[in-house]
Amino acid sequence: MSFGARFFFAWACFFRVLFDGAFAARASAVRDAMPSPPPQVLPPKAAADKKAEPVSAGFAEGALALLALLQRDGRFVDFLEQDVATFSDADVGTAARVVHEGCGRALRQHVTIVASCKEEEGATLEVEPGFDPNRMKLTGNVSGKGPWRGTVRHRGWIAQKVSLPEPMTGHDAKALAPAEVEL
Amino acid sequence: MIVGIDLGTTHSALSYALPGTPVAILSVPQVVAPRAVEARPLLPSFLFFPHESEGKQPLPWDAGRTFVVGERARDEGASQPTRVVSSAKSWLSHRSVDRRAAMLPLSAPDDVDKVSAVEASWRYLEHLAEAYDAQFAEGDDAQKLAAQEIVLTVPASFDAAARELTVEAAFAAGLDKVTLLEEPQAAVYAWIAARGDAWRKELHPGDVLLVVDVGGGTTDFSAIAVGDEGGNLALSRVAVGDHILLGGDNMDLALAHLLSARFEAEGQTLDAWQFATLTHACRAAKERLLGDETLTTYPIAIANRGAKLLGATLRAELSRADVEQTLVQGFFPEVARDARPVSRARGALTQLGLPYASDPAVTRHLASFLGKQAGALPVPSGARRTFLHPTCILFNGGVMKSAVLRERIVRALTGWLAEEGAPPPRVLPGADYDLAVAKGAAAYALARHGTGLRIRGGTARAYYVGIEDAAPAVPGVAPKVRALCIAPFGMEEGTSIDLPMELGLVVGEKVQFRFYGSSVRREDTAGVLLERWSEGELEELAPIDVGVPTEGREEGDVVPVRLHADVTAIGTLALMAIPLTPRAPDERFGVELNVREG
Repeated sequence: MSFGARFFFAWACFFRVLFDGAFAARASAVRDAMPSPPPQVLPPKAAADKKAEPVSAGFAEGALALLALLQRDGRFVDFLEQDVATFSDADVGTAARVVHEGCGRALRQHVTIVASCKEEEGATLEVEPGFDPNRMKLTGNVSGKGPWRGTVRHRGWIAQKVSLPEPMTGHDAKALAPAEVEL
Repeated sequence: MIVGIDLGTTHSALSYALPGTPVAILSVPQVVAPRAVEARPLLPSFLFFPHESEGKQPLPWDAGRTFVVGERARDEGASQPTRVVSSAKSWLSHRSVDRRAAMLPLSAPDDVDKVSAVEASWRYLEHLAEAYDAQFAEGDDAQKLAAQEIVLTVPASFDAAARELTVEAAFAAGLDKVTLLEEPQAAVYAWIAARGDAWRKELHPGDVLLVVDVGGGTTDFSAIAVGDEGGNLALSRVAVGDHILLGGDNMDLALAHLLSARFEAEGQTLDAWQFATLTHACRAAKERLLGDETLTTYPIAIANRGAKLLGATLRAELSRADVEQTLVQGFFPEVARDARPVSRARGALTQLGLPYASDPAVTRHLASFLGKQAGALPVPSGARRTFLHPTCILFNGGVMKSAVLRERIVRALTGWLAEEGAPPPRVLPGADYDLAVAKGAAAYALARHGTGLRIRGGTARAYYVGIEDAAPAVPGVAPKVRALCIAPFGMEEGTSIDLPMELGLVVGEKVQFRFYGSSVRREDTAGVLLERWSEGELEELAPIDVGVPTEGREEGDVVPVRLHADVTAIGTLALMAIPLTPRAPDERFGVELNVREG
């Protein structure tokens, strides 16, 4: 395989692994079956040499898909596109119910979200050195090599599983909601 | 692989298992938005025909699809109702329409190629088959769904014709190896599979198990007797209820109408889209209010269709009292044990539509079922019973997820039983209200292979043809009709019966017979001719048709035939007319069930 072909294949795989659970499982099985797993799977080394355009294009697809879902089920874009300042709290509250109910349903249906930290907010937590900085962040008087002792201020959220609708031929990710014309 | 399919009025699901493995539910890829596909465990039983301006509706396995089954089809019911087929299963059991005629959606515009109720069901099954094949077959024919053993569930109340049409839809979808199973029985199989060996401690010889299945569109009752056979428990289904088009959708609609009337009193009129949104919102509100006793009200906000949300969203509240009044009192009222559903006289000119139950009270339908089936089991001597006494209940269907509603049924039944000196019924624990039917279908298929327990029952009705007396016509007096029993109650699958009585058929002419079913006359044997029967004992079904082709015979000749009835291994009733003097070996004429009435 040429470098260019490998590069594009790697990117294609990246997004399928991210958004297609069945593909990810198969890819993972193939990878586990290899005698010596490649030292680095994601992101491919070549990524650093190139412009970041493919990244944003792919991420944008996923983001737009989620946005379209939130709009369809919970009128998310409608809500944010209106100026709240000119409406009463009662009006905002009523609209917020539509958004909360619908977006909540869409989110629960497509993303499995769990708290990053098992302890409740306000609890004391012992943090070992070598913690995952993506999933935990130290704040306040941060110094030393740990272990650290602190109070949980926010439990954090982790998207455990994401399953977005799969775009088919002719799908326009930028169409968050089509204009509707009643005949 | 062993496969179970729950072809529901509002949702369908497919379960599968290998012998010795737990039953799993297939994730069904379906169009959820224009050109976006997502896999969901339930496939809404809706069919949408988009206008050509919408272009193709690609699926992972078919880029050129022009119609939509599933989630998006259901959603479009609110914005393009005339292009959406819903409740195909109810149409399938509608006796006064031609169920093979392309008539759905009812008021579709001209550019829509309408489909029959059979074809809509076929499309749902086909979609499930395609989803299954995409996941398991990968081009290997032996792994395709069509090559698997499939158990397809039907309401216990489906008559011979509706069963036949369901099988026809399955065949059209390429699924030849199907067997039918009654849904309440499937729920029992699922319950047995889920309880493991514990179920043997929960049921005892002498128990009468009442299955109450209230789904999205229909209410279905069955009674199953528990017996003792050489120390083992034996189950047999002894009675099934009538086909009642009444379910959770009616309840959501009732609440939506209540709130819609309040909006109207405030001068706000909801459009069809808003009303559909309101119905969805009412379903959610109902589930919350019934599920959480600490909630007294549940707010409902209905957006309008424009992009303006603030200031244009309607607000209402559904209170516990509303739910109590509308659902609990309206659909599950306390009634006496001799209460019977109120039947409303239909107007002379009724619009073509589904024969929805005219009495919304589930408890009254239950009282009627038990009363009608009082004689389903032998009554101990000296005991006086006005209705069939269940000793335990298994609940099924989405509506029964509500503990409050289950409690209403238990309380009603407890009261009726107490009045006749019987103990209260036990509720069987561990029901799976949504997926039990699909899971139970696969569990039943597994049971058929192994030594697993099987519920016996045979046909849930006895069937009769109407024989008109040859008498001089008298104006105003309808000719007397007698009913000839052609298939007795409880006829087992794989058995057949030859009728002793001879009938004469005219060559080249189609002869139509009136056709009846009875879910209560258990003693009639094939060949019995009924002179009269009491009100409600026999139910008239769609007529049947017999024709003798001209081949080898003179047109107008009368051919003496005998009727022959088969209950096929699939679970359908097949009728044949066998000539006494055949022109060819094994000559027989097919009898067509489910001809349109009148």
